Amino acid sequence: MITLFSLFLLVLLVITAVAVVQTRNLFAAVMLLSIFSLLLAANFLLLDAADVALTEAAIGAGISTVLFLGALSLTGEREAPRKGPRLLYLVAVIAATAVVIYATFDKPAFGDPQAPVQTHVAPWYLEKTPEYIDIPNVVTAILGAYRGYDTLGEVFVVFTAGIGVLFLLASGPGSGSKRRGSRLTEVGQVTGLRHYLVPRVVGRLLVPFIILFGLYVQFHGEYGPGGGFQAGAFVAAGIVLYSLLEGEKKALDIIPRKVLMGMVCGGALLYSAVGVLGMLMGGNFLDYSVLLDNPVAAQQVGIILIELGVGLTVTGVLLSIYHAFAARGRA
Amino acid sequence: MSALLDLFAYWAFAILLMVGFYAVIAKSNLIKKLMGLSLFQAAVFLLYISMGKVDGGTAPIFQAGVDNALFSNPLPQVLILTAIVVGISTTALGLGIVVRIKEEYGSIEEDEIQKIDQR
Amino acid sequence: MLAAPVLALLAPRGLAWAAATLVSLMAFAIAVQLTILVLAGQVPGYFMGSWPAPFGIELRIDDFSVLMLLVLTGASTVALIGGRQSIDLEIETERQPLFYSAWALALAGLAGIIVSADAFNVFVFMEISSLASYVLIAGGPDRRALPAVFKYLIMGTIGATFYLIGIGLIYLMTGTLNLADMELRIHEVGDQRPILVAAGFITVGLALKAAVFPLHVWLPNAYTYAPNIVSVFMAACATKVSLYVLLRFDFFVFQQNLTQHDIQFAAFLMPLAVAAIVVGSAVAVFEKNLKRLLAYSSVAQVGYILLGASLVSVAGLTASLLHMFNHALAKGALFMAVACLATRLGGLRIPDLRGVARTMPLTTAALVIAALSLIGIPGTAGFVSKWYLISALLGMGGLGIMLIAVVVIGSLLAVVYVWRIVESLRSLENAESNKPGEAPMMLLLTTMAASLANLWFGLSPALPIELAQRSAAALLVHLP
Repeated sequence: MITLFSLFLLVLLVITAVAVVQTRNLFAAVMLLSIFSLLLAANFLLLDAADVALTEAAIGAGISTVLFLGALSLTGEREAPRKGPRLLYLVAVIAATAVVIYATFDKPAFGDPQAPVQTHVAPWYLEKTPEYIDIPNVVTAILGAYRGYDTLGEVFVVFTAGIGVLFLLASGPGSGSKRRGSRLTEVGQVTGLRHYLVPRVVGRLLVPFIILFGLYVQFHGEYGPGGGFQAGAFVAAGIVLYSLLEGEKKALDIIPRKVLMGMVCGGALLYSAVGVLGMLMGGNFLDYSVLLDNPVAAQQVGIILIELGVGLTVTGVLLSIYHAFAARGRA
Repeated sequence: MSALLDLFAYWAFAILLMVGFYAVIAKSNLIKKLMGLSLFQAAVFLLYISMGKVDGGTAPIFQAGVDNALFSNPLPQVLILTAIVVGISTTALGLGIVVRIKEEYGSIEEDEIQKIDQR
Repeated sequence: MLAAPVLALLAPRGLAWAAATLVSLMAFAIAVQLTILVLAGQVPGYFMGSWPAPFGIELRIDDFSVLMLLVLTGASTVALIGGRQSIDLEIETERQPLFYSAWALALAGLAGIIVSADAFNVFVFMEISSLASYVLIAGGPDRRALPAVFKYLIMGTIGATFYLIGIGLIYLMTGTLNLADMELRIHEVGDQRPILVAAGFITVGLALKAAVFPLHVWLPNAYTYAPNIVSVFMAACATKVSLYVLLRFDFFVFQQNLTQHDIQFAAFLMPLAVAAIVVGSAVAVFEKNLKRLLAYSSVAQVGYILLGASLVSVAGLTASLLHMFNHALAKGALFMAVACLATRLGGLRIPDLRGVARTMPLTTAALVIAALSLIGIPGTAGFVSKWYLISALLGMGGLGIMLIAVVVIGSLLAVVYVWRIVESLRSLENAESNKPGEAPMMLLLTTMAASLANLWFGLSPALPIELAQRSAAALLVHLP
């Protein structure tokens, strides 16, 4: 039964992907991409990857769509008809596909518990987590503790993207410093979607719940699927929704740019600080066990702290990018 | 049945990979290229997660009162979590660049931009 | 001390030039310290979070790492110390803190790649450095940087994703991500198809990032339109680090475990290397834009590096690694000279350079010395690595002779394009758009220092040679 469903989902996935590529209406393509992400998330769930499914849904289907739409509003919705050597590309691509499929023939069987993947490093994680860290969600344990350095790197990738977009959009026409607010744009900024009653009412009801859920996911990441990245995406999404409904000015009143910048940098710094703290107290970088007397509790505290850092930075970056795109359109 | 799903999962990965790749190299519109890139990366995510699945397993989260459960591999999940975030960071930066290109060149079709630059 | 790359990242808003330079200096000091340790025979290792490998992430420093770290931190420091005025010219003041932040991130990302002993960790840091590089390159006033960087983003991300596929396949077959562990386990699973395909993906992916011919197409425009100081940094480091990962994977993980791999490797890379040398140099001869000329020259140099590596011998590999070091010196100095010129000249095409030898004699001298190093004139660093390369080739019979011919042709072409530059500089007429006077002091001083370093390491190359030889030996130690 599950197998059949999986097959079905995979086929849908492929179809959606082809549709994204083929359609010339970019708005439709973005929507299809969003559907693709959702299907992918469902697939992940079937493959027992709960955290990943949550992340893909929040980030792939959610935030990614917002960013694409933001960019589209600035660049135009239609794609020009294609000229050029399509056939050549198609042939190259088919050849490459053949190579990849060739590689699949020697792989260990799908789902085989004796495959090298399952027998080497993974069992250690599953065995030792109760002993060292004692939290139910092993994925968070690996993410936060065993491979915390990777996650630190990941936070900095997000950070880099954030300052990158801010850097890029800080110059050129339409950047904040050169804007002269005409009465029209100011009105547009303030009112948002005020004319539309239904979205406003429903949306305003939703926003606090979204943010609350984001906070829940943030702190609950040790016990169930969740953690800083997903939480950051949720909270950002909630605030973006608010911004769309009430107008960007109000959203910026609530969380001004300086605070956003503070969040972006603060989160990354918090994470690094925890790492350095570990060093100062006698362990290696990012060794949490020395933070408190009880090493197991210390691990948990360490994980909570770094996840907080992650959540802060992700929220800050996603919101900053959104505002950067939104502000552009006003010029 | 499982063997069929097995191979099919990997084939789906290969096909998705190539669909995305095709979009990146063959399409001229910059935003389409970025979408292709996202698809391309999504295919890789699928590969990794498929690798981690254990028959009859479940998500690697301990539940109170349930001992000796069979879990699927948590490590690929962690890696892909990271990869998803990296992917969207790249996409975000890419979109920022596209917006700037539109402002400077007035177009986001690659061939048109090349023509403008050659003038 | 191994947390230095991470500390280099702590660059939030408000960070001015001074802090970035300080961080870079600290990183360089640490690199020097590590070099001393390594030369004394140690192999410092470090476990992140105190988790033992392969469960946690491990850092490991050896000769090869240290060689690369010196290049990286040295180039970054020199560029930052001298570069302030150049940056002021090209980037608005409000955006500068973000720019320096991105620089620090790029430095940290590249350093992170070098010291890591975990394949996935390399991926993460590779993306940090890549994203930061995209930001840096796009920072300049020339709008053509934007499509250039977009192309780089696309190709770079494809490269990174290929790399990810490759290590995914390896993980599938071995269950580990730690490089040393991988090397052990691949032995057991040896020649199966996924491993071969994995090797292919990893190689192609890293080749994209290293601008190996024919995947180099992003490089010329990216180097040309980037802010001048950024070109210094990129040219000296970015591609080299990807080459570092490529060589490490290939020799450390794959080489001894896949039969016939050395033949495959050579057969695959050698023609590409030759093509890179010939085509890169040839195109450079016809280029009018100074920066683009140097960029194509870089493509050719990557060819030399790969040529040495494809010989799969200690001699060849030593030459290859030596050239990584020396090319960074030469190209870094050259681009610094370009930055000097840019502060006074109206444009950077060859005709714009006319008469500069008289108005900016020191800059010209620096440029010429560095260019000589690029060609490989005796007395310069470039000569040392070319010499090693040719000696390695001499031991290879007929094929070797042909390849020596290629190296010579490449060098001759280099003479041609350098001559065009020099000729313009020495010309008796003046290009009108040039302002009189030398480049700003700090920039000039650092440029001269970089150039003189070429001479220094040409005349007493003991340090890089030692490091290169030991690295090569270590990489090849498992070969039957």
